[in-house]
Amino acid sequence: MEYICELKNISKRFHTINNETKAVEDLSFKVKKGEIVSIVGPSGSGKSTVLALIAGLEKPSEGEIIVNTNSIGFMFQKDQLYEWRNIYKNCILGLEVKKMDTEENKRKVLNMLEKYGLINFKNHFPSQLSGGMRQRAALVRTLAIEPDLLLLDEPFSALDYQTRLSIGDEVGRILRSEKISTILVTHDIPEAVSISDRVIVFTERPAKVKKEYIIEFDECPGERTPMQCRNTLAFGEYFRNIWRDLDVEEE
Amino acid sequence: MLKKNEPILSISKEQGEYLQSIKKEQLFIKISQVLLFVMSIILWELAARHNFIDTFLTSSPGAIFELIIRFIKDGSLFKHLYISTMETIVGFFAGTIVGLMAAVLLWWFERLAKIMDPYMVILNSLPKTALAPIIILWAGMGFSGIVVTAASISVIVTTMTLYTGFVNVEKDKIILLKTFGANKFQILKKVIIPANFPNIMSVIKVNIGLSWIGVIVGEFLVSKAGIGYLILYGSQTFKLDLVMMGVFVLGVVAAIMYFFAAWLEKKLIKY
Repeated sequence: MEYICELKNISKRFHTINNETKAVEDLSFKVKKGEIVSIVGPSGSGKSTVLALIAGLEKPSEGEIIVNTNSIGFMFQKDQLYEWRNIYKNCILGLEVKKMDTEENKRKVLNMLEKYGLINFKNHFPSQLSGGMRQRAALVRTLAIEPDLLLLDEPFSALDYQTRLSIGDEVGRILRSEKISTILVTHDIPEAVSISDRVIVFTERPAKVKKEYIIEFDECPGERTPMQCRNTLAFGEYFRNIWRDLDVEEE
Repeated sequence: MLKKNEPILSISKEQGEYLQSIKKEQLFIKISQVLLFVMSIILWELAARHNFIDTFLTSSPGAIFELIIRFIKDGSLFKHLYISTMETIVGFFAGTIVGLMAAVLLWWFERLAKIMDPYMVILNSLPKTALAPIIILWAGMGFSGIVVTAASISVIVTTMTLYTGFVNVEKDKIILLKTFGANKFQILKKVIIPANFPNIMSVIKVNIGLSWIGVIVGEFLVSKAGIGYLILYGSQTFKLDLVMMGVFVLGVVAAIMYFFAAWLEKKLIKY
């Protein structure tokens, strides 16, 4: 089996003048090509740090990270659209930086805008769009560079509940149909279960793998969509188990 | 979904009344503004004509107007205006561009910014006009000295304001570019500068005023021509008409430059 990303015994410590914080300790996991993996864990458990490490934004204190691609897409909690660029210009930002802004790639971006219902807003500025549309534009910007690995850091948590469900659903379907390897960090257990092939539960900080769940729905054969998954019996079962894993702190 | 630029196809009666009331209010403000100016001029002129005020000290609108006409006819107004305006424009560009480059340099070399910090703070709180006599001795007793004086007044505050803006750009906006593999120059070009565009525009507006201060101070000290020279000469020879004309012309030109900058800002910043 080919892996897109392997973490081997990773530790990460942050230093300040007053103290040293262990964010991650002896963490190992692998992500297969095309697999969608969610990471859930108590807040402040170093989930975002793990994404920053994989993206190469931070260096691990110990251990080894192997990423078998140099095309990584990153999505944040906030869309981070640049307010001085219109939607189209925002979407080709990554292409510009990577000097891949060829006519062909730009046409692909326009096609994506068309597909995700944003084509009529391509000349609008971000401030003129709703939260859901902005997050979809951010997705187009991320997918424009055709990433082999997608890192999503709570990308829906700044949206209101309804938008969150529908955008989460949409993104889940896109990831599955385009077969993009994905690591999703989230607080939202139902979101994690409905979108992913596998859910990794982290411990309190310093982060370690506490448990792993392979998510399978016998009731949704073939192309599963997040919404279908939410309506299955197995869904509730997964939810309860993960909830129990996370609930330790309240004892 | 749309928040701005939504075309209003049909408007209700209430909406129409609302728009009407806004228009009325705006008209009232405009008329009051013009009236305030006209009334002040008339009052000033009347007071002067009926000897309520001493025209030796206050001059009068009529006398100032006559003087302006005379200065326009013999071409000297434009000569003085041209000199001062050129000094201001060159000083303004020098101060703003050097300030911008210094801010970029401090952003690029974080350690340099830390080392320079106390010096910047002291230079910023120092009244720069106090340096004008030194600067003029160093840079030359004329155009060059005045330009450098003008530039020196705006350069430090430009550097500090822009540097503060640069380091306060939202971290995730920069991280986003880093995830695309951007180098430092790309980060500067694609985030730091554009994110600070509104900042740069407001610095430009402030610097126009600051450059005029520098030019007038410089002309007070050394010049043989220019609006500042006219004002100083008028005051030394007790020709208050000349002083008032200088101030009036200064006001008009400074306002034109400010409105040009404001217009430019509107053109350039559309979001």
